[in-house]
Amino acid sequence: MTNLWMDIKHADVITVMGGNAAEAHPCGFKWVVEAKAHNNAKLIVVDPRFTRTASVADLYCPIRQGTDIAFLSGVAKYLIDNDKLQHRYVAAYSNAGFVVKEGFDFNEGLFTGYSEEKRDYDKSTWDYELGPDGFAVVDETMQHPRCVMQLLKKHIAVYTPEMVERICGSPKETFLKVCQMIATTSSPDRTMASLYALGWTQHSKGSQNIRAMCIVQTLLGNIGQLGGGMQALRGHSNIQGLTDLGLMSNLIPGYLNIPIEKDANYADYISKRQFKPLRPGQMSYWQNYNKFFVSFQKMMWGEHATKENDWAFDYLPKLDVPTYDVLRGFELAKQGKMTGYVIQGFNPLMTFPNRAKMTEAFSKMKFIVVMDPLQTETARFWENHGEYNDVDSSQIQTEVFELPTTLFAEEEGSLSNSSRWLQWHWQAQEAPGECKPDIEIMSELHLRIKALYKRDGGAFADPILNLSWNYATEDSPTPVELARELNGYTVAPITDASGATTPAGKQLDGFAQLKDDGSTACGCWIYSGCYTEKGNTMARRDNTDPGNKGIAPNWAFAWPANRRVLYNRASCDPEGKPWSERKKLIEWNGKQWVGFDVPDYGVTVAPDKNMGPFILNQEGVARLWTRGLMRDGPFPTHYEPFESPMANIPFPKMKGNPVSRIFKGDLADLGTSAEFPYAATSYRLTEHFHQWTKHSRINAILQPEMFVEISEQLAKEKGIVKGDWVRVWSKRGSLKAKAVVTKRIKPLNCDGKIVHVVGLPQHWGFIGKTRNGWHPNTLTPVVGDANTETPEYKAWLVNIEATTPPNDRVA
Amino acid sequence: MNVQVSRRGLLKGIGVGLAGGSLGALGFGALEPAMAASVRPFKLAQMKETRNTCPYCSVACGIILYSLGDRSKNAKSSVMHVEGDPDHPVNRGTLCPKGSSLLDFIKSETRTKYPMHRTAGSSEFKRVSWDFALDRIATLLKEDRDKNFIAKNGDLTVNRWTTVGFLGASATSNETAWVTYKVIRSMGALTFDNQARV
Repeated sequence: MTNLWMDIKHADVITVMGGNAAEAHPCGFKWVVEAKAHNNAKLIVVDPRFTRTASVADLYCPIRQGTDIAFLSGVAKYLIDNDKLQHRYVAAYSNAGFVVKEGFDFNEGLFTGYSEEKRDYDKSTWDYELGPDGFAVVDETMQHPRCVMQLLKKHIAVYTPEMVERICGSPKETFLKVCQMIATTSSPDRTMASLYALGWTQHSKGSQNIRAMCIVQTLLGNIGQLGGGMQALRGHSNIQGLTDLGLMSNLIPGYLNIPIEKDANYADYISKRQFKPLRPGQMSYWQNYNKFFVSFQKMMWGEHATKENDWAFDYLPKLDVPTYDVLRGFELAKQGKMTGYVIQGFNPLMTFPNRAKMTEAFSKMKFIVVMDPLQTETARFWENHGEYNDVDSSQIQTEVFELPTTLFAEEEGSLSNSSRWLQWHWQAQEAPGECKPDIEIMSELHLRIKALYKRDGGAFADPILNLSWNYATEDSPTPVELARELNGYTVAPITDASGATTPAGKQLDGFAQLKDDGSTACGCWIYSGCYTEKGNTMARRDNTDPGNKGIAPNWAFAWPANRRVLYNRASCDPEGKPWSERKKLIEWNGKQWVGFDVPDYGVTVAPDKNMGPFILNQEGVARLWTRGLMRDGPFPTHYEPFESPMANIPFPKMKGNPVSRIFKGDLADLGTSAEFPYAATSYRLTEHFHQWTKHSRINAILQPEMFVEISEQLAKEKGIVKGDWVRVWSKRGSLKAKAVVTKRIKPLNCDGKIVHVVGLPQHWGFIGKTRNGWHPNTLTPVVGDANTETPEYKAWLVNIEATTPPNDRVA
Repeated sequence: MNVQVSRRGLLKGIGVGLAGGSLGALGFGALEPAMAASVRPFKLAQMKETRNTCPYCSVACGIILYSLGDRSKNAKSSVMHVEGDPDHPVNRGTLCPKGSSLLDFIKSETRTKYPMHRTAGSSEFKRVSWDFALDRIATLLKEDRDKNFIAKNGDLTVNRWTTVGFLGASATSNETAWVTYKVIRSMGALTFDNQARV
């Protein structure tokens, strides 16, 4: 989230698209209800299903899954065509006037530089024209034919209301009402909050779905404002934290990158990442990359990371491919190229696409280690559970460990929520049996591996032997010790900009103190401030909320720097005056920036310095056009899902996202709409949380078994009656479930074709308190978003028919 | 930092005070102590309250865990009740159908309790000791790392290990995530991902 949960109460319009907050985030959705009740806010819901969020909406618009970019580009076109922009914001705070290099173009669905063979772009023309001063050329009138605003107009010209209706199946009249309602927030004192979740991310162009709304929000001047923003509602309780801490193939904590093979050495690596300003006077905060990186290396390897050895640069692995993400990992496993997998609190057998492929991949590995507080299907992939897991154990040679871990009530520590709050929690009970905290298990494994290397030697042991490990009890570091490392401390005395010195061995106040000379160590720069000399700021419980702004600045700690609303400098006009007195967040008082939130800006940088509010960007402004930063183009473009009931209407040659990675076997596993005519999607229920609550008695009573949701029309067509057993199958697998025939799903009319949507909730398996069932991922395709490799769970194809019950359900 | 104010205790105190006051005003002064003594103490008032956050979604509602047993020697504590934390600025005491049934999650019969091991071709798990499990896993990891670690690609130092995969959990704490990161990355592992991917 750019903002925070309570802030939603300030919104004048709330759009929920790509999510279903009323059911998936009920207690956060309360703030939407608050905005409706006390701020006269209007709620728009755009979704293939009439969800419970839709049931309280002022305006519901149906949409075919996987067509959000066409819809949102249509909204952007409406705003421009009807002059519903916040003009000063767009002029001063976006790259609308930036002139793009000659040679950049877009034709028939492809940008300049496409190679079909590589499924990738040569992005050399995807950048700004630079002037003689080395800065980007800007045409403030926005009339230059190659300026971003003109390119944007051209790019979205195709998404007329008629085209939106043809592609999305959203009735033109309803679509226009959505546009009109959204357009009311172009005035400086009205804001729209965009709430989204996995309904946007789980597509082969998920990142561009979000980009499309970023464009709309920037045109409306809604970023950095109270009641505005892009609100990623996120999924699990610490999915934000795990992302922040970079537990991914290609990341270092705080959104730094693991080096790639092209980064020959430290100097080379840093030079490509210390982004210089593209306009005069801009902060371009990533210029400090080296300070964050060196401090990270110091925290990892202490005195073994020195200037002489390039801060132990070679202790880090180098990537030969963009990422070894899960889709690649299990593809390699299926090819017999993986030896094992160590799985912490994760149920990939059910969570990853194409169950048959997952079972095959697991069966080919030598060992699997599962650490979990619950018994999972993954840990028992080799166990026969009748038709729900029809395997022959004797044929599976994989050695498997199931290690019992503690859960939230049995440990202390912090979780980062979608508002970027790090909240500390405390232990309430002892764990059952021999459960151990994950911290202990990981520590014991490290110590044992280290001892083996010490005794026997082996492949490049230095990073293991020299890993900094300064904990009072070696095999059981405390959460406090680890939190202090995340915050960072001084290794040697440091002097800050004001001349104040801090001796060695002190906790840092924040990331502004980080150095690139080895005098500071910090596990995750954006978390710096979470455990200072004053103590654990994550444990703060002061809910006082000055001005009733929904900020509560002393509750827990928010990264970065305890800032609650990102880009909040943009809540003021260029002169430093709030756009709206009602929505005042910060302001310039003549000497410095003051207000209810920590300014996202240099505190004493005067407005007349013309520094942009988007201080992380080299441009200093928000990007309507993203240069070469996205793999699939500087503007979002409508591509159909890899399995779709429709051809791409505006770009008929396009089949799926042209740069999404897809492995050969998975490509062969894609079905066609001739064989599989129905558009399937997966979703969650309010009574369940993924695969966890099927272990919980009450939830198992509330939603005891798998079902499939279809429209009355499709039920009639297929002769299916409510409560019947149905078989649903894709090119990759087949499952059985009870039919729920509902008015919540209605057939869509897309370009004259009737498209039926089939909904599959995803909460059942073969272990737990609920009845045995299948997971929709038995059927889903293995293809990921071009930028993130998040699988396309929300849009694929199935067939459906009435069938007989599974064997264990025969009366 | 962790100030454990007993909310139930506080409410009970206020309630008794008010009741006593009104009874007193009606002229039943002598009844007051007898009345107070006859009121059965509310069970939750005896319990320890611990502040926590809901482990499910990323709203991260504040919750209060009520447990019996003060965790002194021989007094194992056990959570008996869960409710929303009214002081929490987001949920203000409310919980959803998932959060409201957290007690059943904590007490689930299908929780893992002991290290289990399944050998190649077997159709069952067998209970093993932690020492056995951790030693065996450490050995398996080292064996494969030594066999498949790639130090160089031509002249370029690459120091990577890709043949064992690691998956991080999305409900573990930041502190767990950090120690996990340290341990895994120090081995040069690249096939590393977490729930945020999906």
